Amino acid sequence: MSITEQTQQGIPTGTWKADTVHSRVAFEVPYAVATFTGEVPDFEATLQDGVLTGVANINSIKVKEENLETHLLSPEFFDAERHPEVRFVSKSISRNGNDVEIDGEITMKGITKPAKLTGTATGPAIDHFGAHRLGLQLQTTVDRNEFDMKWNMPLPNGEPALGNEVTLKAELTLVEQEG
Amino acid sequence: MRVLAISGSLRNASYNTALLRALQEEAPEGVEIEIWGGLKSIPAYDTDDDTVPGPDTVEAFRELVREVDAVFFSTPEYNSSVPGALKNALDWASRPLATNSFRNKPVAVIGASAGAFGAVWAAAELRKVLGAMGARVADVELAVGQAHEKFDEGGALVVDEIRTGLREALDVLVATAEPAAAAA
Repeated sequence: MSITEQTQQGIPTGTWKADTVHSRVAFEVPYAVATFTGEVPDFEATLQDGVLTGVANINSIKVKEENLETHLLSPEFFDAERHPEVRFVSKSISRNGNDVEIDGEITMKGITKPAKLTGTATGPAIDHFGAHRLGLQLQTTVDRNEFDMKWNMPLPNGEPALGNEVTLKAELTLVEQEG
Repeated sequence: MRVLAISGSLRNASYNTALLRALQEEAPEGVEIEIWGGLKSIPAYDTDDDTVPGPDTVEAFRELVREVDAVFFSTPEYNSSVPGALKNALDWASRPLATNSFRNKPVAVIGASAGAFGAVWAAAELRKVLGAMGARVADVELAVGQAHEKFDEGGALVVDEIRTGLREALDVLVATAEPAAAAA
């Protein structure tokens, strides 16, 4: 994509919706000596008059092993049967240059906790179709135990296989909606 | 509500099966408990036989689990773990994992043994297996140790405390299966 012009800085007013082809919602969690990663491809994100809202359909979760998807959807993790959505709603957004900080609340498995998202903002800028685009690269870390996802399995050395600190990432391309 | 009760023991005079009979007696109105008698008919799991459809007895077990609202297990402990026959039946039921009949199924696990600890390790392992299969494992614990002292010669449970424990375990399972009804 060709971005022809950077027009302004700051968090814009109006309604901006995620172009999901150029956006991504993902997670990372330490597993044994590595990092286990996955994505939730079915999601929506909207920035409306300074409030960022994101809703992800957890049933769309994708990891590299199908059987692990089943386990992640089970009551031991997301309990997707009873809690099919993961939701984030911002309470305040501040931008300083390219740095952005968003305070809000995240809801997983029906449990809502405060969360601070940090990252960078790019744009708004005009793409080669004339649309205004704003990029947000955000992440936060949550303790999965606080969301009643307590499964673990000891390694031979007795240490738990799965980490508790989960990094949640949202790489959003938000497109301004015409009035 | 229809609850399938599964004993991990095949023995005729099994304490675990006797516990499930006592559970039937303690069931409140509206809860129907059916003790499964098919465990011995499940063949040893063999991937070569894991076809669609699978063996008749396996398909019947899968269908039965699909039909009921919840499953209540009572297991003995063999070598610190789940009896092979029970684990084998669950291995069959878990295939294929993504559509297995235990997925999201509310389940409860208790245990009984002639030893002091009442099959606590087997019960813990069984909860782990069921969780991995995607079942909704109720927060239930009841370990009946020295089980040979808890039943009369006819196999009837003679300890009121354990009857209370069975009622409480069933209440938790019912609430797990019907959270909205339990909250009302």
